[in-house]
Amino acid sequence: MVTVHSSESEFGDLHRRLFILRVGLLLVVVLLGLRLWHLQIREGPYYRDLSENNRTRLVLLEPARGLIYDRHGVLLANNVPSFSLYVTLEDVKDREALIQQLTDLLGLDPTIVRKKMTAKGSKLLPRKIKDHMTLRDATLVESHRLDMPGVMIQVESQRNYPGGVTAAHLLGYVGEISADQLEKPEFIDLHQGSIVGQYGVEKSYDRHVRGTAGQKSVEVDALGHEKKASVVERPQAGNDLYLTIDVRLQKVAEDLLGQEQGAIVALDPNSGDVLAMASRPGFDPNVLSRELTAKQWVEIVQDEGRPLNNRASQGQYPPGSTFKIPMAVAALETKTMLPSSTVYCNGGYQFGKRLYHDWKASGHGYVNLHNALVHSCDVYFYTIGQRMGIDVIAEFGKDFGLGKATGVELPSERSGIMPSTAWKQKAKNEQWLPGETISAAIGQGYVTVTPLQMASLIGTVANDGINYRPRLVLAVMDRTSGNLQELPAVPRGKINAKPDTFRIIKDALAEVVTKGTATKAKSSMVTIGGKTGTAQVAALRTGPEENIPKKFRDHAWFVAFAPVESPKIAVAVLAEHMGHGGATAAPLAKEIIETYLKLTSQAPAVTSDLSSGNGLGRSSKDS
Amino acid sequence: MIDRLTEHRGLDSFDIRYVALIIAILGIGVLSIYSVTRGQQGGAAPYYLKQLIWIGLGAAAFLVMWASDYHHLARFAYPAYAFILLMLVFVLFDGRTSKGAQRWIALGPFSFQPSEFAKLILVLVLAHYYSKAPRVGWLQRVIVPGLLVLPGLLLILKQPDLGSGLSFVAVYAAMLLMVGIRSQALGFMLLFSIMLFPFAWEGLWGSLHDYQRQRIMAFVDPEYDPGGKGYHALQSKIAIGSGELLGKGLYGGTQSQLKFLPEGHTDFVFAVFAEEWGFLGVVVLLTLFVALIWLSLEIASKAKDQLGALLAVGIVAMLCFCVVVNIGMTAGMFPIVGIPLPLVSYGGSATIMTMAALGLLLNVKRKRLSLFY
Repeated sequence: MVTVHSSESEFGDLHRRLFILRVGLLLVVVLLGLRLWHLQIREGPYYRDLSENNRTRLVLLEPARGLIYDRHGVLLANNVPSFSLYVTLEDVKDREALIQQLTDLLGLDPTIVRKKMTAKGSKLLPRKIKDHMTLRDATLVESHRLDMPGVMIQVESQRNYPGGVTAAHLLGYVGEISADQLEKPEFIDLHQGSIVGQYGVEKSYDRHVRGTAGQKSVEVDALGHEKKASVVERPQAGNDLYLTIDVRLQKVAEDLLGQEQGAIVALDPNSGDVLAMASRPGFDPNVLSRELTAKQWVEIVQDEGRPLNNRASQGQYPPGSTFKIPMAVAALETKTMLPSSTVYCNGGYQFGKRLYHDWKASGHGYVNLHNALVHSCDVYFYTIGQRMGIDVIAEFGKDFGLGKATGVELPSERSGIMPSTAWKQKAKNEQWLPGETISAAIGQGYVTVTPLQMASLIGTVANDGINYRPRLVLAVMDRTSGNLQELPAVPRGKINAKPDTFRIIKDALAEVVTKGTATKAKSSMVTIGGKTGTAQVAALRTGPEENIPKKFRDHAWFVAFAPVESPKIAVAVLAEHMGHGGATAAPLAKEIIETYLKLTSQAPAVTSDLSSGNGLGRSSKDS
Repeated sequence: MIDRLTEHRGLDSFDIRYVALIIAILGIGVLSIYSVTRGQQGGAAPYYLKQLIWIGLGAAAFLVMWASDYHHLARFAYPAYAFILLMLVFVLFDGRTSKGAQRWIALGPFSFQPSEFAKLILVLVLAHYYSKAPRVGWLQRVIVPGLLVLPGLLLILKQPDLGSGLSFVAVYAAMLLMVGIRSQALGFMLLFSIMLFPFAWEGLWGSLHDYQRQRIMAFVDPEYDPGGKGYHALQSKIAIGSGELLGKGLYGGTQSQLKFLPEGHTDFVFAVFAEEWGFLGVVVLLTLFVALIWLSLEIASKAKDQLGALLAVGIVAMLCFCVVVNIGMTAGMFPIVGIPLPLVSYGGSATIMTMAALGLLLNVKRKRLSLFY
């Protein structure tokens, strides 16, 4: 077919070549047909026989999930072996006898076992009858295996959280992949039954921690027992995570909240590292990572305290007087107030027909910005709020990260609300009322924030306007290469304010603790700056706090940083229904700050641990 | 004017036979996919239903290609090729990895495989190149188009996707042979390839991924290690062979139903079909494919111009190559290279691309009719 052609005759020649192509194609198809005839007709019976006795099959080898450590290498999540009992019905001779045997041996409920054995599904594939067996039960079954054909014990890997409830909201839990998740492209390599992170860091870092499944081919004998296995592809373990939290501080934070509902967030303002993030009530991720019965699940979901809710990043509360911090920055920056100008507070602020009360009925007299912050004078902030208007306030609030998610690597973070005229038009299709600005000025009304946002806000103030995204993961350790990859701190921007502004605010916040509303946070160890807040729950309240049912009592806020001179830690405390922030939240913040400073003085090389690269695990013991 | 008139002609008996063949083959595909994935939950929507959606999209692509004018399409060949090359680069950096290879681009809930579409665009590029001017001399006939093929080929091999890479070479070779090469040029090519072979072998074998090397080794002797490397090849042969003359019946394929045979709905769908329908079913399916290819070659030989003929030949070559290699590999004649069976295997990109290509073929035929009117 290869001859010399002139380009003119080319097209005519095409037909001859097409003819050759047809002949060639027919030949190939005949060859294929012959091959198939050979396979199916001549050797058919041989292959039929092979297929009927085919007892080798591919079994997936699940990868080990990566481990999770705190910043000093304390283990927070690992994997432990767990024993499950499987039965292959095809190999069972007498089903009822087997049920009887299993009931006698392990004390299982015969009706449940029977139900599982008669459920729909292939007789040839092993089905799980019981998981999370004790080692004793597993060996018991193993020793009776010969009497019970078709029964097999499988060792599976079970996620384990040695700390139990500690840092549960951060770590999250794992579970079988859902049908919806299987549809998503990020889970394309997974299959039904794969374990994936369903909450917390387990979910947001699932891609890193998950690993890659392997395969082995297994030859089984006539009783269904594994006779020979060879690994086709080894599973690849997931990568390890080093979190930014110090689990000791985390524990203290959780214990401080105790049985109360609330959240504590501690950040390193210089990097955004989350040092502790506690939310109460909590849950035990060990329980949630197992197969729950429908009843157990309903109990958890319907719990009034909503333990699955991470109050630190998902709880939205009015900021109360803690909102006076961005208000004060706004007033100074817009020159609405000079630091020295005063407002007279007689205990109330008349606007239109309504009198807006100060928390101190007798009033604060003449107050400047400094004293307004120290004594949390409401009238001062009503006045400047009214002068600036809601849209200017909103602009500064947004600069501090209010009304938008912080971007922390946790699923379903909430963003709170920083209201403005445009927001109200969009959200409620109503016009903004001037009186609403006055409520917003002291952090009530539409304004809501999460404790994490407030910790980030006070950290930004402490750091003179430089803001970092709160981060949870310090480093990822690649299991295959053994490389420790440190994740960088992520700057979120800087608030452009005069250097004096933050100095004035920080001075005032320091005096809040020494002389003002938060003297309970005063520490003999370190200088602390902070601001109290009270988030109203029910609008109208009469009588003393003790007479009000607890669920209508106010939430207590305290945000703080320390040391005032060179801040190392920023804290936000929110205690639900605990009344005034100065009384209940401030002492908790002080406790956290003191604990952290004690811990860091014990182990001064916190971040330099990482650069040694030689396993974070040892460094905390070395130092 | 005449062109206009003829373009509004309805379907003739040729078109009806052509479309009926496509539908029959697609039907066999959906049935086999349904059978093998019946009990399995591949997420919320079952595979056969998703395949029907792909076929729906493919039908739309078919109609678009049919309704357009291939001369217009050819004009966009180079930009389209540049675009698909960019996609292939993108896939290397940002693609989704599945079973050790990066082939997919995620688009929301969907992901698509640019290498599939690259094949069709390559046909367009080469047809456009050869028909634009008389290409004479081995430089213009062989080397220049070869350089056109090379970047796409290298990017696809890098993914790595050996199957699509080989189809690329097959399309190039088929079109080259159709245009005709001087014996001298062929001689040179033979000579060079023999000289370069040791180096090429080193480079090629070295650049293959472990699993590819294992598969090629397994092809040499699958029975040697049934649990390991030759697993797919052996299980596929057992599946096909055990179908015997009449097959085990729908859902009766123990090989595929009990998961001895992996990838039963994609690359090994032919084995599933052969197990359930036996040699008779296989003969029917092969006959359908041959008939479809025959009609396609009919279109090629009666094409109005060289562009049309070359397009038709390129598409037929691509189709033939995939059919032959896929069946050959499932039957243990070739190494397993991961080529889907056109119109039968499950897969969005491949189904849509194949149906678009078939639509383009019918477009070539429609233009031919207008000539005779």
